[in-house]
Amino acid sequence: MLDAIEARQLDVGYGGRHAAVKVLAGLDLTVAAGSFLSILGPSGCGKSTLLRVVADLLDPLGGSISVLGATPHAVRSRRDVGFVFQDSTLLPWRTVRDNVRLPLGVGQRSLTRKIEDRSTELLELMDLGSFGERLPHQLSGGQRQRVAIARALLGEPKLLLMDEPFGALDEITRDRLNDELLALWRRTGTTILFVTHSIAEAAYLGERVIVLAANPGRVVKDLDMRPFKQEGNRCKREDAAIAAAMADLRTALERAS
Amino acid sequence: MRRTPLSPQMTIALPVLGAASILIAWQYLLPLIGVPAYIVPTPTAIFGVFQRSFALLIDNLRPTLIEALAGFIIGNLAAVLLAVLFVHSRILQAAYFPVVLFFNTIPILALSPIIILIFGIGMTPKIVIAAVICFFPTLVNMIRGLDSASDNEHELFRVLSATRSEIFWGLRLPRALPMLFSSLRIASATAVIGAIVGEWIGSDKGLGALIIQATFNYQSDRLYAAIVLSSSLSIALFCIVVLIERRVIRY
Repeated sequence: MLDAIEARQLDVGYGGRHAAVKVLAGLDLTVAAGSFLSILGPSGCGKSTLLRVVADLLDPLGGSISVLGATPHAVRSRRDVGFVFQDSTLLPWRTVRDNVRLPLGVGQRSLTRKIEDRSTELLELMDLGSFGERLPHQLSGGQRQRVAIARALLGEPKLLLMDEPFGALDEITRDRLNDELLALWRRTGTTILFVTHSIAEAAYLGERVIVLAANPGRVVKDLDMRPFKQEGNRCKREDAAIAAAMADLRTALERAS
Repeated sequence: MRRTPLSPQMTIALPVLGAASILIAWQYLLPLIGVPAYIVPTPTAIFGVFQRSFALLIDNLRPTLIEALAGFIIGNLAAVLLAVLFVHSRILQAAYFPVVLFFNTIPILALSPIIILIFGIGMTPKIVIAAVICFFPTLVNMIRGLDSASDNEHELFRVLSATRSEIFWGLRLPRALPMLFSSLRIASATAVIGAIVGEWIGSDKGLGALIIQATFNYQSDRLYAAIVLSSSLSIALFCIVVLIERRVIRY
């Protein structure tokens, strides 16, 4: 199967090629297409930076990265990548439906792939069918994040990048959205890179969890979660096997911090 | 300690009562303590001017209204266009924003004679003064507003491969509107000030001219009537701005 992401000796930093502060140094990472990868790590370890390089929001200083067999720029231009931020980043002057439809209104001219208006279908899918004409400030935090996910899915991306999307939500809402996200992933086969601070969330969602250490950012733990789970990345939160994996991840995270 | 909010009726009734109490005190108390009418005429005397000299007041309101309105539109439009230019060219902004800043430090009263020297004594210099006085706050607010979109919002548009003009119309401009309207609300009052200041310095028409004439002729009731009219003009412009703002900004 084709790899969704292949990064080799990736250096990423700020301040130009020479006077750079390195956020990621010599990072090697291969992510299989269609997989669900959770990325854990202490603050400042470059989790978000990694997503930004994949999304072509940031150029690496060195090394190589290929996304879906092409450059990040080509993938962004084909609109094969969706991005979900920690704050939902909904535009407050647009209705829920118009927020979901944002990708139709911008960037279409420079794109090589036209996308269709699937807003109605996506609003139904995200359980927002009757909220289309509301404004973002009339929604709860969980609903807003669902809108952000619907917007990211509008262009049917092959790769979904999620930067702590549920970090600001209460635990019950977060658990529910975790399950919805897994159902969505099973249905669409989209590759998902999911950055989180929560060990439990990383373990529950990911088929694989990597832990990054800071200064500079590098992979210090790479855990295949499939042996701890049932077919189709299914598990119960309170499973003993999952608890063992979480303890393993916690040790790695503590060492990384 | 948290105060209990007023009922809707009281929120309307209390300011009306407050204003009424001041007017009554003004009408009956000031003459009683010996304040002469040529310094502070009573409200009824001022109201009398509106009845007797309505045509004169309206004749002088008209040029001030036109000057303030034209100055408001031109000054704010120029400020918005320059702000758009500045946020799209950091070089231009770095080079010319300090110059604009310097111009803003010149008191409008000091600048006005020069403007009148350049543009003569017609309506044009008053419009220019009103425009200049509106210009700077809107420029500053608009630059801040156009730059107020968050990093995530810019990244969202970049992920979607948005063009510069799409980012402008779809993100920067809507983000700037609340700040633009807050400076337009201020400008609705300052534009009237600009027009009146211009009329003080060289005009025989307009509320500013009427204020000067009434002062020199000791027609204090007419002076106060002109003041009431100028402030009503500011309030009217302010209300129009607020009405438009409510239609445009719904979130």
